[in-house]
Amino acid sequence: MAGGGFISTGGRRSLMLLLPPFLYAIVLMAVPLGAVVAISFSGPDGFSLANYAAVFTEPINVRGVMRGTWAAGDLSWTPGLLPRSIYVSVMVTVATVVLAYPVAYFISFVVPPQRKSLWMFLITIPFWTSYLIRIFLWKVILGFSGVINSALIWVGLIDEPLTFILYNANAVIITLSHAYAPFAILPIFVALEKIDRSLLEAAQDLGENRVTTFLRVTLPLSVPGVVAAVLIVFIPTIGDYVTPELVGGSGGLLIANRIQALFLQVNDPGLGAALSIVTMAAVALVSLLFVFTCRRWLRSRT
Amino acid sequence: MTKGWGLRIYALIYLLFLFAPIILLPMFAFNSGKIIAFPLQGFSTTWFEQLWTRTELHRAVQNSLIIAVSVAAISTVLGICAARAGALDDYPFKRSMIGLVMLPLVLPEIILAVALLVIIAKVLGIAPSVWTIIMAHVLICTPYATAILNGAFQNLDKSFEEAAMDLGENRWGAFRLVTLPLVMPGIISAFLIAFIISLDEFIIAFFLSGNVTTLPVYIYGLRRQSDDLPIIMALGTILVTMSVALLIVAEFFRRRGMRRAGIKDSGGLL
Repeated sequence: MAGGGFISTGGRRSLMLLLPPFLYAIVLMAVPLGAVVAISFSGPDGFSLANYAAVFTEPINVRGVMRGTWAAGDLSWTPGLLPRSIYVSVMVTVATVVLAYPVAYFISFVVPPQRKSLWMFLITIPFWTSYLIRIFLWKVILGFSGVINSALIWVGLIDEPLTFILYNANAVIITLSHAYAPFAILPIFVALEKIDRSLLEAAQDLGENRVTTFLRVTLPLSVPGVVAAVLIVFIPTIGDYVTPELVGGSGGLLIANRIQALFLQVNDPGLGAALSIVTMAAVALVSLLFVFTCRRWLRSRT
Repeated sequence: MTKGWGLRIYALIYLLFLFAPIILLPMFAFNSGKIIAFPLQGFSTTWFEQLWTRTELHRAVQNSLIIAVSVAAISTVLGICAARAGALDDYPFKRSMIGLVMLPLVLPEIILAVALLVIIAKVLGIAPSVWTIIMAHVLICTPYATAILNGAFQNLDKSFEEAAMDLGENRWGAFRLVTLPLVMPGIISAFLIAFIISLDEFIIAFFLSGNVTTLPVYIYGLRRQSDDLPIIMALGTILVTMSVALLIVAEFFRRRGMRRAGIKDSGGLL
């Protein structure tokens, strides 16, 4: 397309300007991703599907372990890391977005306009403070002799430390919900800000009360922001291996820990690459399903 | 006025949840006790003093600063290109090209880390160094810089530059003398944000660091020594104070940029 006769002079100038960042992204992102695909399909003698076979046959990755039998009624499934990671990411996303919505609503509808950017600034501050330190602190807050437990024992509310809050999936969900809070609030806030306030007055003039106005006007109109928030939380949380390692305990390890280990410890880049691709595909599939469902729901209402 | 008091209380509790780690951090950093728990023991600066004796930490800080300054400079320049192009005339595929530049924002970091490790170490055979980390960080910081600069460039009045060119400036002169001063606050803000992100980035740096230690890689290395936990708190206090100070400066410049461009401010830095 570059230099084609149908691009205006101004268009050509903007193309020339965009080329450096674009080529940078090609060389350091598109080409490397291509290389990952290539090594995922490579074996000792050329093209091979062995890595993908291993992804789906090794129990640890996807399949998990099935115990007991259906007939005996003691059937149990310990899922592999990929299904478990998707479950944890979905829980993180639900928790983050549900907790964030009222805050975005509050800033958009209750806070006076001149104070809005101060609130948004306050909400983004914790996000910009050292990521590792924040995880360490959650470990300290949630730990066996940590802040919550020692404070509760100190004031006499409990006698024994609570154990269900550290070194399991709950701790991962709490820590990640904290980390991704501003990512959820911002898109919802932007969507709420765009809503024409006269629509809400009209709804109330037509006899809706506050709750039904919210459910029938505000909420549907803010769906694009919610969808953006869900995607912007769900997709990156899959890629975090530090939070599960520091607060997740042995049962809290996730797919990103496995990928990290395959590259840096086990040194099996082929399998690691195949697992990365399968993870990406699974994330994309879940995201597309979600977007599709939301779109159908919105359409069914009109 | 009672409208929204329930929401207000909820929002304040939520803010407390967001700020809980930052509030607790200095409490434990200045606590003389070795164990991080309540009740606090007594005031002490010993953990800060111990930071001075750790030479490996100093090396890590030095590496991180070199990386963060280089990354901030390069990604701000790339961000200026992208944001300026975004504000100029359209041409076919412009939106998708910008989309590709912004894509690292939403890719899981582990995927980017894997891809960069494969291409840099396995395909090209380049040994991990400060440079490989800089290359990777520029990739993830450019979208942030672009997003901030978009705010500065988007609503800039085109007629200013045209007026300068009518008065005899060439295109570059008009950009340098008219547009650049107007977007300068946005540039400073983008530079600072890229600096903070790079300084703090761990997931990718760990993959590409080899035996080069950056500050987050050093902190991560302390995770199993519970004796070192108070030192991490002291280090964290310094880092948090520094990034909050930088953020306030960045926010100040971003808002000034928005005002110069004549747009109503609607959100935070993200």
